[in-house]
Amino acid sequence: MKVEIKNIHKHFGKVHANNDISMTIQPGTIQGILGENGAGKSTLMKILSGFYQADKGEIRLDGKLTRIKSPADAIKHGVGMLHQDPLDFPPMPVIDNLIIGQSGGLLPNRKVVRKQFEDLQARFNFKIDPDAYVDSLTVGERQQLEILRLLWLGAKVLILDEPTTGISASQKEMLFATLKILASQGMSVIFVSHKLDEVEQLCNQVAVFRQGKNVGQAMPPYRTPQLVQLMFGKSMELAPRIDSTSCDVLVHMKDLAVENYRLHISGINLDICKGEVIGLAGMEGSGQRLFLQACTGLRRTVGGKLYIGQRDFTGKPYHQFLNSQVSYVPASRLEEGLISGLSLTEHFILAGEQQGFIINRDKALKLTESRIKDFSIRGIPETRVESLSGGNQQRALLALLRSPLQLLLLEHPTRGLDIESSMWIWNMLKERCKTGTAIIFTSSDLDEVLHYSDRILVFFGGKVSNPLNAGSTTVDSLGQLIGGKGWEN
Amino acid sequence: MNEIILIGLAGIIAVAAPIIFATIGETITERAGVINLSLNGTILLTAMAGFVVSVKTDSLLLGFLAGAAIGAFVALIIAFTSITLKQSQVAVGFVLTLLCRDLAYFLGNPFMGLPGPRIPSLPISGLKDIPLIGTLFFKQDILVYLSFILIAAAYWWIFKTRPGLMLQGIGERPAAAFVRGANVNRMRYIYTMIGGALVGIAGPMYSLSAKAGWKGTITGLDGIGWIALAITIFGGWNPIRAAFGAYLFALLQWLGIVLQPSFQNIPSQVLQVAPFPLMILALLLVNIGNTEWVDRTLAGLPESARRFIAQVLRALRTTPPASLGTPFENE
Repeated sequence: MKVEIKNIHKHFGKVHANNDISMTIQPGTIQGILGENGAGKSTLMKILSGFYQADKGEIRLDGKLTRIKSPADAIKHGVGMLHQDPLDFPPMPVIDNLIIGQSGGLLPNRKVVRKQFEDLQARFNFKIDPDAYVDSLTVGERQQLEILRLLWLGAKVLILDEPTTGISASQKEMLFATLKILASQGMSVIFVSHKLDEVEQLCNQVAVFRQGKNVGQAMPPYRTPQLVQLMFGKSMELAPRIDSTSCDVLVHMKDLAVENYRLHISGINLDICKGEVIGLAGMEGSGQRLFLQACTGLRRTVGGKLYIGQRDFTGKPYHQFLNSQVSYVPASRLEEGLISGLSLTEHFILAGEQQGFIINRDKALKLTESRIKDFSIRGIPETRVESLSGGNQQRALLALLRSPLQLLLLEHPTRGLDIESSMWIWNMLKERCKTGTAIIFTSSDLDEVLHYSDRILVFFGGKVSNPLNAGSTTVDSLGQLIGGKGWEN
Repeated sequence: MNEIILIGLAGIIAVAAPIIFATIGETITERAGVINLSLNGTILLTAMAGFVVSVKTDSLLLGFLAGAAIGAFVALIIAFTSITLKQSQVAVGFVLTLLCRDLAYFLGNPFMGLPGPRIPSLPISGLKDIPLIGTLFFKQDILVYLSFILIAAAYWWIFKTRPGLMLQGIGERPAAAFVRGANVNRMRYIYTMIGGALVGIAGPMYSLSAKAGWKGTITGLDGIGWIALAITIFGGWNPIRAAFGAYLFALLQWLGIVLQPSFQNIPSQVLQVAPFPLMILALLLVNIGNTEWVDRTLAGLPESARRFIAQVLRALRTTPPASLGTPFENE
């Protein structure tokens, strides 16, 4: 079905969520819609699927002006939406999930429904048991069920809102294959995402949204920098790498050794410059965490010396590190970094911005408000940290760090975050580097390690490589080291 | 002796009938996602009102209609405060149960002890002479027959019909029901009031049949509503299981009376009160599969025994409608 969207406007209070959006989707195409959170993608999709009414503008389906009054009305017009969390009934059987919402007489004919469902399944090679309970299915299977249900109800336009968030890599492959089949059969598919690689891989054309506007279309072959520029309105450039041969040494490690019950790492010799970024690569559990914790005093070293800014910190407790402007941001945000149940304001109070016995709420509130603004956290001072999204939790963690810092240690700083949050966080970290803070971070994303580090240490089975210059290292050689190849002796 | 037991069992079926009405009414209400916590007060108020209306109008039917109307009206208050005003269903229901109870005692005061009509027994010719079954099921009054029909009809509606599946959906995940075309809040109003009307019929069933007359605080109905709420949970929001729970409770009550002469050394109060803790035990048994310590205990058993017990517990286990007690807002 051909979908034409013309000059759509939608306001929520003062927010202009959709500002004069127009686009045309031809039958048989997969249209990607790319944009960061809050760019207006979801609003437009909800208008198209009947949740919202546009303030102005029109929707034409196959050339016919259509007013979509509700989600149920949308599916009657052939527009079906697959929500991020599939809107199904978990404790009920698959077959009942299909019947609910099907129009018809008092008594549903389960036999007919079952037959139709099996026929439809066969077309896509899905294998869902119609008598299974929905809560026994995986998220990927629940998506398949919803897609089948929408097709069964006559959908000719399929909208998918961030469908790959909760599913495995193989299920993602299957979903993409399904969408391609659907497009080849003349369906229009609208794929909403903030993940560049997925959109590039799947879509026949891409529209990029920013601040409520459709800021540009792109066709394959896609150029990633161009899409990034459209998404953020600016290109992201990196500061030149630091030359570690001639710099102010901040951290000096001499024959440092750490161990836990499983691993013993010794003979670490490293000088870290002010403003330098050191990336730690390696399989999870190869000693990176051990090393980070030793650098912040959370774990006692078993040999060698550690100097930070000329002072000997060997064997000193965590508190002294903290007082000397060394901070550690752990990987598990809610378990080790933040306190579930407390608001942002309470976190800032706890982070030691205030001295004294009685809390000055007004002062704390002002501070929190300014930090929320500076770190663009989507929340208010009263927001409890567990209700923030992953990206916003990470921003909150960074907002809690003191300034200035000498050494900042991070575990998986961007794990699970979308591209926009990741870039934002690295911009912020690089700003800190400019003030002389050195950063040591771990990541399982090799691209991230290569992209942002000045030098890289690879960990493998209790061994640590010599520092590698990130500029002259490739993903391949790094991958080999991580896998245990190319180590001497 | 057999004859006595048979009549006793027939009595259990009769005593359970009002509880079945109340429980199935609540089951329907909760299936839609609304908790009507006012049962105890509603039953008392409608028992009094139904009795008074029947006495004044000399019509049993009008008595029941009055009960149903009052029950539906109390449910309407719950629906309005929770669905439209989005207030806590528990708080409103609790206050209403106290209010209705006190209203019943206060307004019913002038009519205490009056002689009143009573529903006649209505043996069904042809069926009443079947051995055992005839005495058990077909020498009852019309409301008992209606309770049988209600059990089957409610089960059929909830699990077999299209609107019934949507009813489940509304209580389970209203957002998903909404995208499938349901007018969630209107359906919640309707089902809450239907449920309330059924609860409202339970009251006159006592005052015009099972415990005929109105005797104020010593009528002995206080507490029945709470039991009906417990049985709704015991019944796993399934009318047939709920009916089973009602019969079990009536049986326990009857045993309390029958066994009293045989256990002279046990104070009579113990046996009278016993059904209540036993119901708690039954509830515990039903939902014990949800607890972690059972999982741990079971893990230590041999595989075959463990699997068998786990299956039994899973079959017994019940889960409430997921959005029970939460208002629905369509974005």
